Amino acid sequence: MAAQILAVIIFVVMFVMIITEKIERHIVTLGCGLLTLVLVFGVCMHSMGAIVETLNIHNIFTLDFWYQAGEASESSSGINWATIIFIAGMMVMVEGMAKAGFFRWLCMWLAKLVNYKTIPLFMTFMIMSAVLAMFIDSITVILFLAAVTVELAQLLRFNPIPMILAEIFCANLGGSATMCGDPPNIIIGTSLGYSFGDFISNTGLIAGISLVCIVIFFYFSFRKELKKNAAQAIDISSLPKPSEAIKDKRDFIISCVIFLVAVVMLITHAQTGLTVAFIGLFIALITLITSGKQALDIIKKVDYKTVLFFIGLFVVVGGLEQTGILEVVAAFIGNISGGNAMLMIAIIIWVSAIASAFVDNIPFAATMIPVIKSLSAVQGTDLSVLAWALSMGTDIGGSATPIGASANVVGTSVAAKEGYPIGWGTYCKKAVPATVIVLAVSTVCIFVRYF
Amino acid sequence: MSEQVIISVGREFGSGGHEIAEKLAERFGFTMYDVNLLREIAVERNIDAASLEKYDEIPKKRFISRNVRGYSNSPEENIANLQFEYLQKKAKEGKSFVVVGRCSEAILKEYKGLISIFILADKSCKSERIMRLRNISKAEAEAVMHRHDKKRKEYHNYYCTGKWGDSRNYDISINSSKLGIDKTADYLESYIKERIKGL
Repeated sequence: MAAQILAVIIFVVMFVMIITEKIERHIVTLGCGLLTLVLVFGVCMHSMGAIVETLNIHNIFTLDFWYQAGEASESSSGINWATIIFIAGMMVMVEGMAKAGFFRWLCMWLAKLVNYKTIPLFMTFMIMSAVLAMFIDSITVILFLAAVTVELAQLLRFNPIPMILAEIFCANLGGSATMCGDPPNIIIGTSLGYSFGDFISNTGLIAGISLVCIVIFFYFSFRKELKKNAAQAIDISSLPKPSEAIKDKRDFIISCVIFLVAVVMLITHAQTGLTVAFIGLFIALITLITSGKQALDIIKKVDYKTVLFFIGLFVVVGGLEQTGILEVVAAFIGNISGGNAMLMIAIIIWVSAIASAFVDNIPFAATMIPVIKSLSAVQGTDLSVLAWALSMGTDIGGSATPIGASANVVGTSVAAKEGYPIGWGTYCKKAVPATVIVLAVSTVCIFVRYF
Repeated sequence: MSEQVIISVGREFGSGGHEIAEKLAERFGFTMYDVNLLREIAVERNIDAASLEKYDEIPKKRFISRNVRGYSNSPEENIANLQFEYLQKKAKEGKSFVVVGRCSEAILKEYKGLISIFILADKSCKSERIMRLRNISKAEAEAVMHRHDKKRKEYHNYYCTGKWGDSRNYDISINSSKLGIDKTADYLESYIKERIKGL
């Protein structure tokens, strides 16, 4: 009992400290992780086994961690090293691509393709945001897309805020479509043994239907604002050329090839048996080897704080798992839904969405995975359906507010730094209805398809 | 005047600090930056000044803000940083100017020509001044005063290590109720002239 209470206290303190931002979040999770290991597992439980299981280092040295010949299996509890290695690997690849000018070139090329016309540009950037976010972390996608949007807005004289809001939303939506698009999905996929194909054929389908609805919604919401200055004559020859974005042709070609290899490896990983940990490590190594002298610069730019944040977070959630607290939460959800699977799904989607709108969706998803596992075991509900509900809830819920997801923070920040501040009112006025639309579409899709 | 002089004026609401800053700018022939700073930024970038002004000197709303990899969603924080960068740019160009508030005594600390001033006043004088200028009751004046000072303090203390109004952070702190606005400006003018001689 003491271990359970302590694990909950540490978890709550961690969550509050992440929200207040007094201390950097990776220090918070690492500190709380250390407390979990020492106080919960050591002092209260006297369990060396729980410590070993939570640190989960032995898992890295198994063949299954890198290559799974048969059906992918559920990973053990504790630190999800596959997620960490994959995220770190993709960070290295993205840094290499950014250095070569890939993202800026893509944005400028698409802008040129639609003749710099505001409405087609708006539509194209929304779709590009969603597609890129399926394979690359949404922060990077928005970082480049928002910066180019502001630049084009100043040259073409339109208000960039509607376009940035739509891009942010679509990046989060695109991220929900695949296993590697959003951190909650990577955690869900690696923890529960789902493949890229599983995600694309389930959450991907829902995200695709939702994207159509959202493009229509944003078009009707913003068309007047975007058409305001559309009649003005713009000298296209004065606009930056896509080729100017390429800093080094050789690096650019290499980064494009590596990106394509990563996409192919991810799409086919269920068939090849290569795990996401292997893909992450392989892509990182290839990027570093081909970058030559710039390899050190790329490594330095990798966001190691996020990697440390994940390690600490998994330990704290491991504390809740080992002490059986999450089974209590699962039993509670089971009770209030009265064993009704549809109600259970609705609760998971909407509660996850509401929570993710205000708190970081990564710790939320990491905490909910053992809960849905337990729910499935006790109530007999299909685990995969619960997983898709959790994925859509956490990924999409984060879109509702400016602080719900990392892409929202980065996108609104890039806009404000250029003189286009976006307050909560402006943001939520369009993002909340859009979020509700996608959540409703997701709920209906899950009900129709799986019940 | 060949040497660069930057006069930073921090002030309590109702102390007449803004008026004193205006007088100093006029007497030394310097440009004065207050909320107009955002207007200049807006003109430079061809954006709407009103959308920036509503976040001027407003503290960051911590509980509805989040930071990710050094990026913040807070419009207040981003607009404050825009102003800080603009002031830094002007200072770097070697320009002399007067700046009211905006953490200028801290963010321009590295400049040799910085003269930092904080204007305070007795509560009764401040409320009397606010009542007169805004044509409001004493209770309303005190409420306005309290609200503004609270905001300025929160705003300042979020971005600076030194506390707002703490005399240790300024070259000179002066109570404008003792000499009145004009004589306080005269006194500060002679103080600044002496400081300039030493630059």
